[in-house]
Amino acid sequence: MRIAVCVKHVPEGSSHIDPATKRLDRSGEGALNHFDANAVEEALRLKGDSDTEVVAVSLGPQQALDSLRKALAMGADRAVLVSDDGAAGSDLVATSRLLAAALEHEQPDIVLFGQQASDADGAVLWAAVAERLRRPVVSQAMELSVDGGTVRVKRQTEFGYDTLEAPLPAVVAVSDAINEPRYPSLKGIMGAKKKQQDVLSLTELGVDPGEAGEAGSRTTVLALGDPPARGDARKIEGDGNAAQAIVDYLAEKRLV
Amino acid sequence: MRFLVFAEQHEGEFVKNSLGVLSKAASLGDADAVVVGADAGLAPELGKHGAKVVHVAAGDDTLAPPLPQPRVDVIAGLAPDYDAVLFGQSVLAADVAAGLAARLDAGLNWDLVDVELQDGELVGKRPALQDSVLVEVGWKSTPALALFRSGAFDPKESGGEPEVRDVDVQLEDFSTKVKMVEQAHAEESSGPSIEDADVIVAGGRGLGSPDNFTLAEDLAKALGGAVGATRAVVDAGWYPYSAQIGQTGKTVSPKLYVALGISGAIQHKVGMQSSGTIVAINKDPNAPIFEFSDLGVVGDLHEIAPKLTELVRARKGS
Repeated sequence: MRIAVCVKHVPEGSSHIDPATKRLDRSGEGALNHFDANAVEEALRLKGDSDTEVVAVSLGPQQALDSLRKALAMGADRAVLVSDDGAAGSDLVATSRLLAAALEHEQPDIVLFGQQASDADGAVLWAAVAERLRRPVVSQAMELSVDGGTVRVKRQTEFGYDTLEAPLPAVVAVSDAINEPRYPSLKGIMGAKKKQQDVLSLTELGVDPGEAGEAGSRTTVLALGDPPARGDARKIEGDGNAAQAIVDYLAEKRLV
Repeated sequence: MRFLVFAEQHEGEFVKNSLGVLSKAASLGDADAVVVGADAGLAPELGKHGAKVVHVAAGDDTLAPPLPQPRVDVIAGLAPDYDAVLFGQSVLAADVAAGLAARLDAGLNWDLVDVELQDGELVGKRPALQDSVLVEVGWKSTPALALFRSGAFDPKESGGEPEVRDVDVQLEDFSTKVKMVEQAHAEESSGPSIEDADVIVAGGRGLGSPDNFTLAEDLAKALGGAVGATRAVVDAGWYPYSAQIGQTGKTVSPKLYVALGISGAIQHKVGMQSSGTIVAINKDPNAPIFEFSDLGVVGDLHEIAPKLTELVRARKGS
């Protein structure tokens, strides 16, 4: 069996939007999107001691190799990075096209995603990728098992708990409630460097440059502005008078 | 401008959020709605909220469970007649919207809090980077696809009787492969409903143990409110799922939200960020919840909460 895990390299620390390009500045330090660590962990759990191959797949700048190496250090077998100047600024339509193209090369039995990206707060990519791959999709998985050619998922929605089944190959997005991701061991970190890491350009992927990056995107950022103010937020240190301070505040707001 | 709104229903009840989006669409132009997996009996309620035409896709058993892919098939057939297809945020709606974006190569903007027409063009508003920036976003496709934050718009009754049209559904083979083995049903909750409460006291892992939920319950009782919980404590079995607030729980907007020992993870924030006044007590000065609290108290909730309960009681008693 082959499991592909889609991971994202996200900016670390205080991030900002470049006013010139109106894109998130991705030039600084970055890290593996922590929600994706749950997906890597789940792939490794499904693999266990079997000969299942776990491939970490990402789209991003060259620095995204750092995040892929983290996945390798955790135990993934191989990494694939789609990286091309022409892919920068890809929106959902373009990103899903590029990832789906990379996944078509890999032909995995299961494609796993984390529950959302911590930078763009997006929680949509898996459904778009599943559509392009023409595969069944299940999101918000909190328990996952594979039996023969079927994946069984328990998940939580706004209404409670569902149990679903889908035949493989399938796409599953896992919730961060599904597991506690392991920390890479020193041995894992050392070993990651020797594992296969392929970087693919648009040409190598067989995607027309007009279908990637801003050219291939169907949304635009028009302007950046200040958000509506949240009033005057206050923060106090909780000494002996904290409870009284809260009551005074609520009284001032006519809430008690 | 012609809008199609995904009117999400669960066991015959519309999700309030999607009715709010429908009301907004009706205020901007011609709004129609599509309802999947339920019969035409629900159409009048959509008419009331501004829908001129209600497309009803039922009849096929595969449409009944709340699964996204058959819904992509239904909406993909209708979408070419519209300038925009709008969704209210939910687990289901996000998966439908994203699948539709890939099917139609249509742009999807999500997490929007508002939308307006500027010189005849649709412009969406999206808070980004922990709500520190308000981004104006546009579309380069027709239809434009938009997913709105929970509570972005209040449902308003404005319209009348809608025209009902049956949808002739062509399902893709891959769209019907996911089987619902056991479907969630709305849980009966005890005590006041958190969705209607004016005051909510919510507890997180910082409470320390299930027994300490009495701190939240006592304070809620003193304030005349209901008790909420984070996913972490529900998963840990400390409190029932019916009280869960967040992405996969309830979305609430009370006048007062008191967070006890809640760190403020994004999944919790999306369920309560439109609350009127947010008061947070947490011992970690760096907890994200302080970034969107009106009053943040860094301290030990085990000391502060009982005192606060006493003071509120005394005040109300006087």
